[in-house]
Amino acid sequence: MTQAENSFLSIRNLVTAFDTEQGSLRAVEDISFSVERGRTLGIVGESGCGKSVTALSIIRLLPRPAGRIEGGKIWFQGTDILTLPPERLNEIRGNRISMIFQEPLTSLNPVQRIGAQIGEVMGIHFPRMTKEAIGNASLELMEKVGIPDPKRCVAAYPHQISGGMRQRVMIAIALACKPDLLIADEPTTALDVTIQAQILELMKDLQKKTGMAILFITHDLGVIAEVADQVIVMYAGKIVEEASVETLFKNPAHPYTQGLLSSIPRLDSPRKAPLTIIPGMVPSLSDMPAGCRFQNRCPVKIECCKTIPPQMTALSETHSAVCHLLTGRKISP
Amino acid sequence: MNAPIPPQNPPLLSVIDLKMHFPVRGGVLKKTKGTIYALDGISFTVREGETLGIVGESGCGKTTAGRTILRLYPPTSGSVIFEGKDLARIPKKILRETRRRMQMIFQDPFESLDARQTVYEILEEPFLIHGMGNPTERKEKIHQLLDTVGLQKSAASLFPHEFSGGQRQRIGIARAIALNPRLIVCDEPVSALDVSIQSQILNLLIELQRERGLSYLFISHNLAVVKYMSESIIVMYLGKIVEHAPAELIYQNPVHPYTQALISAIPVPDPTRKRRRALLSGDLPSPRNPPAGCRFHTRCPLVLDQCRREEPLLRCHEGDPDRRVACHRSTEGIKIW
Repeated sequence: MTQAENSFLSIRNLVTAFDTEQGSLRAVEDISFSVERGRTLGIVGESGCGKSVTALSIIRLLPRPAGRIEGGKIWFQGTDILTLPPERLNEIRGNRISMIFQEPLTSLNPVQRIGAQIGEVMGIHFPRMTKEAIGNASLELMEKVGIPDPKRCVAAYPHQISGGMRQRVMIAIALACKPDLLIADEPTTALDVTIQAQILELMKDLQKKTGMAILFITHDLGVIAEVADQVIVMYAGKIVEEASVETLFKNPAHPYTQGLLSSIPRLDSPRKAPLTIIPGMVPSLSDMPAGCRFQNRCPVKIECCKTIPPQMTALSETHSAVCHLLTGRKISP
Repeated sequence: MNAPIPPQNPPLLSVIDLKMHFPVRGGVLKKTKGTIYALDGISFTVREGETLGIVGESGCGKTTAGRTILRLYPPTSGSVIFEGKDLARIPKKILRETRRRMQMIFQDPFESLDARQTVYEILEEPFLIHGMGNPTERKEKIHQLLDTVGLQKSAASLFPHEFSGGQRQRIGIARAIALNPRLIVCDEPVSALDVSIQSQILNLLIELQRERGLSYLFISHNLAVVKYMSESIIVMYLGKIVEHAPAELIYQNPVHPYTQALISAIPVPDPTRKRRRALLSGDLPSPRNPPAGCRFHTRCPLVLDQCRREEPLLRCHEGDPDRRVACHRSTEGIKIW
């Protein structure tokens, strides 16, 4: 067995494409990374960078028929998910891998009571459970995710509870089968900061108790700093940098990561002092430049960036970045 | 000897005890069934050339505040004094003339621009409404505006959907500054934009303020952005101001327990700073049925019996006229984290 096959979750050279009017476009191109048991991997990037498509590829929920995985392997605990027949996939999906989404209101069924929606998951995955046992287990789960007065919430419809409560319900559903991996796609983006803080605490707490791995996708660097152990930065469908969270914020190596970190106003930034900007915008998928995809916005580009795609350079054991300027250079961890 | 008082810019906008209550109607006869107390008596001043920031979570009334000040909603009571006139009371005709000098930038640049108008038509509209200039002058103005906000002249003939989010926000800004306003209400102007685009827009807003002496009422849920932009900040909770202070002080020494919780809840992009959190329990109560007494008492870790009965007034804190706090326990100096 190779190392990739052996690890908990390992993505190798994943390519995901979408059929559009302009032909087949690759939203995710040749990305590889691993997630360890009990750890949180953060994926950060701006809209259209491919972070959500990566998540949907892992759980094989790409919109069909437009989206398809064109290449690569997704090893999950020794099995390549991409080769599994649908029945076998369902044993993994929802059971060992669960997902929560950004907007809990659109993920929940509006005409079904909360209790029934939590119960449904257990009914599917544990067909021998009695109704009563399912009911009790639902209440227990709701208590675990910090829903006050679970008995009342069970009988409520999604529109009758607040956004924070809905996201707790989503987490309860995701945790119903005690998954080994939780994929969270912008789980707190639609929530207010005080509620976001509650949900982030809850996720950390549950991870400590259950030992599950979390793949946490967000555009918010502040949230990444709080939850992630290891971070991947994506830009225009590619990984540009991977590092431990401490290294990424202390020693960002890719010009895009550096630009992102210095362009956000912080609570201690001096008032109205000009912010560093990343000029221009992300090239469209149908019009990707040859060479480095960040070249049109990069402050330090050199001649070869125009034509030669840069390769991943390892800077330390846990830190690597994709930039011509780093080739042959090592940064102490 | 007393320390010299720094000179302050004269006030441009004064809001006095402004209230905006929306009736909730229902049933066949559309009878009033209840009231949403979206804005329940707020007072503050915006000075010339300065930015006043408003922060708070959803439902706190910050957007209603911006819209009521521009009289996009007719206020239930209170006054909005702009250039010496009470906007809440003046006739529509005078209001229209005054509105030239107060404009708005919206959160969603996708929805606030007419999809069927070209950028040229969008930018010409304010001049046409106010009957200003002849076609040649307007054309020149529009080209100047595009240049000011960092867009090419050629953008004029395109439609909004042909632009990215950041560029659309630039068009929204060009429209807002077209008639040389003195005040711009910015309602979450960068919240819908990607991080790398946000800083471009914030820089543009600051540049325009410097060049034109604009005043901003800057509304956002993002405290870091508000603090970066503002001289002073108002924190709102359920239609009320809970704290008002110079921007630095609100961050360094927040007094109200809600402000403290809000600041400690903000994720900081620095993994080495694992701070202790002042986690608030529970959710925001509904503005339709705000709690009696202090509106924050249902979530406040410092709650006393008094807080459940008596509503705290917004008072000067420690004799500082620039600091106002509405909390029964504000003088005790307690930090909740």
